[in-house]
Amino acid sequence: MQTETSKNWSQFNKDIANDHYYYLRSCIRQNFFPGSEVAFLDILRNKLGKTIYDDASHTTCAGIGYHCDIVPFETIQALAARHFSLMTEKGLKHAVVSCVTSFGIYSEILDTWNHFPESLEKTRNALRKSTGREFELPENVVHCSDIVYKFRKEIKDQAKHTLTNTKTGKPLKIVDHIGCHYAKIFPERGVGGAEFPKVLTGMITAWGGETVDYPERRHCCGFGFRHYFVKNNRSYSLSNSKKKFESMEPFQPDAIVTNCPGCNLFLDRWQYTLEQIERKTYGQQGQGIPVLTYEELAGLVLGYDPWKLGLQFHQVEVEPFLDKMGIAYKKGDKYKNLDGKIIGERPMVNELNIV
Amino acid sequence: MEKEQKHVAVIGAGIAGLHTANLLAQSGHKVTILEKEKYPGGHLNQWHHLFPDHSSPEWIISGLLDEQLQFDHLKMISSTEITSIEKNNGHFAINAGNELRIYADAVVISTGFKLFDARQKEEYGYGLFKNVITSADLEQSLKSGQPLTTASGKTPSRVAFIHCIGSRDAKCGNTYCSKVCCITGVKQALEISEMLPETEIFCFYMDLRLYGSKFDDLYLQAQKKHKIQFIRGRLSEAAETHDKRLQIKAEDTLSGRPLRMEVDMIVLLAGMEKNEAHQMFSSTKLLELDEHGFFKSKNIQLTRNETTQPGIFIAGTCICPMSVNETIENAGAASILVNRYLEHQQLTNHHE
Repeated sequence: MQTETSKNWSQFNKDIANDHYYYLRSCIRQNFFPGSEVAFLDILRNKLGKTIYDDASHTTCAGIGYHCDIVPFETIQALAARHFSLMTEKGLKHAVVSCVTSFGIYSEILDTWNHFPESLEKTRNALRKSTGREFELPENVVHCSDIVYKFRKEIKDQAKHTLTNTKTGKPLKIVDHIGCHYAKIFPERGVGGAEFPKVLTGMITAWGGETVDYPERRHCCGFGFRHYFVKNNRSYSLSNSKKKFESMEPFQPDAIVTNCPGCNLFLDRWQYTLEQIERKTYGQQGQGIPVLTYEELAGLVLGYDPWKLGLQFHQVEVEPFLDKMGIAYKKGDKYKNLDGKIIGERPMVNELNIV
Repeated sequence: MEKEQKHVAVIGAGIAGLHTANLLAQSGHKVTILEKEKYPGGHLNQWHHLFPDHSSPEWIISGLLDEQLQFDHLKMISSTEITSIEKNNGHFAINAGNELRIYADAVVISTGFKLFDARQKEEYGYGLFKNVITSADLEQSLKSGQPLTTASGKTPSRVAFIHCIGSRDAKCGNTYCSKVCCITGVKQALEISEMLPETEIFCFYMDLRLYGSKFDDLYLQAQKKHKIQFIRGRLSEAAETHDKRLQIKAEDTLSGRPLRMEVDMIVLLAGMEKNEAHQMFSSTKLLELDEHGFFKSKNIQLTRNETTQPGIFIAGTCICPMSVNETIENAGAASILVNRYLEHQQLTNHHE
């Protein structure tokens, strides 16, 4: 087998459509940190002047079920075909995928159809028989982080804050963590390839921050569908995350930014777990390292209210990071619902004394 | 019947070109060597010592150049890059960049190889981390006579050699073996061990292809006398630690376990690649290239030095990766085939 070669990491680039997007939401992002998808749509429409169609009719891509071996490949092909059909119906050709798992799924399916046209025909027939739908192949499929990367300079031009420690004047040190299915399956479909992806570091540096290249940068976040869901091997998951925290700790990062829902959740929640099990925290001054999505980071740079962005959904407290950026926020608003009612505070991590 | 003097153009003044040119001049042919660099010698100019005898390559180059002096009919034109070769009536017109046009009865291409750009193996961090160097960089450092140090000037306590960089690696597009890197790694490991006896040295390899005469002796010496550790496993990645050391991850495939360790310096044994100048010959349909971009021989068994174009010959590492002694042997073989071709041409002309 001879594959097309990369010249080197800096030469990796991908084609990212400029406008008229069709949004493919993420199941888990809508639950774990729904503010990110809301912020993404708002930034695109109201800050960048782009059109993006948010379709209530689309469903899960069933990617997690596929990777856990409970949903067959034929089924996810039909699901993807239905999504492309919805997109065709709207006259749109540029798919923008919110979830890294889904992005990997769509990439894998399109690549399969490219190499095995008979499976595309089979899928067309299956969709036609079951729903009467037809579809066109998308012209451009990108992950949402690709879009934010593409418009990082436009976002910088409208910035209300930069990724600078306002007390010291120094750039904030931010660890980037890319979802495995973003570029490790198809390196040429990730900005910057698989080894030194630029998609998040490009945002960090454009907005004034400093990136951290620590030894376990490419190591898995610890999620991993099969060993987590099927084998229920949580200690293995935890030990992988721990390996990453230990490796990044000497660099004293101010935050972690991720482009994958699973990575964000695990790097965030496991810090709490490790604190409870081992009384060990990896951030500065005995705190955890805040873990943000790239939309949240963009939102903070653009001056969005941290609680409207949904930063309270993260386990590790984000306030130290907001303080460093010099962002004003109302403590009392943190646990208010959309109607302005306080839904009850949760205890701070270090106040939880489980014996 | 007096022999008409024929003219042979030799493209490339590395050791293959120099040796072929000398032998052809010795046979009485008029020879012109064209070299794109300012000085002859090619890659060997950058090399400190050769395997397996740790000899200096300088005497090889100077020996070949001294030999040239006895031939009035041998000429070298340096700093000259070829732009095209045309074939008319069995003769060749060679055009060079500075409006130079040379006519020849036969052409020998000895354009050599290109060192693999180790930045392509981005997971090893060459060009990003200062303590990741290539075998070629190490030769330069050894040649300088200065003691080997890390980027911050410290004596390395641990050095790791990584074999097969850009060789037998589908990911970077090169599926073939560069052949000389295994023994280069053993040789360089020995040289570091002799220079810095306290330094721990590890070689990470897939296979050790120690094919040549006396190569295994060096390998045994490295293990027995110098305690150099050979680990059968390919690196998955190298990353810089907070104190600028390098963390490497590999699998020790003999013990069947993953391995993670820190070293002070990594030496990447960069392979040989096609010279990009080869493209010029194939784009004009003059010559054919093989699947790896090296020149295709007319017959890989019998006439390795003949190309698919009668009258154009190849010598040295523009055919495939070769060691220095193989290159010299190969250049000798090329000169025999050129002689045979020119003699045949002479006979044919007289018959006409």
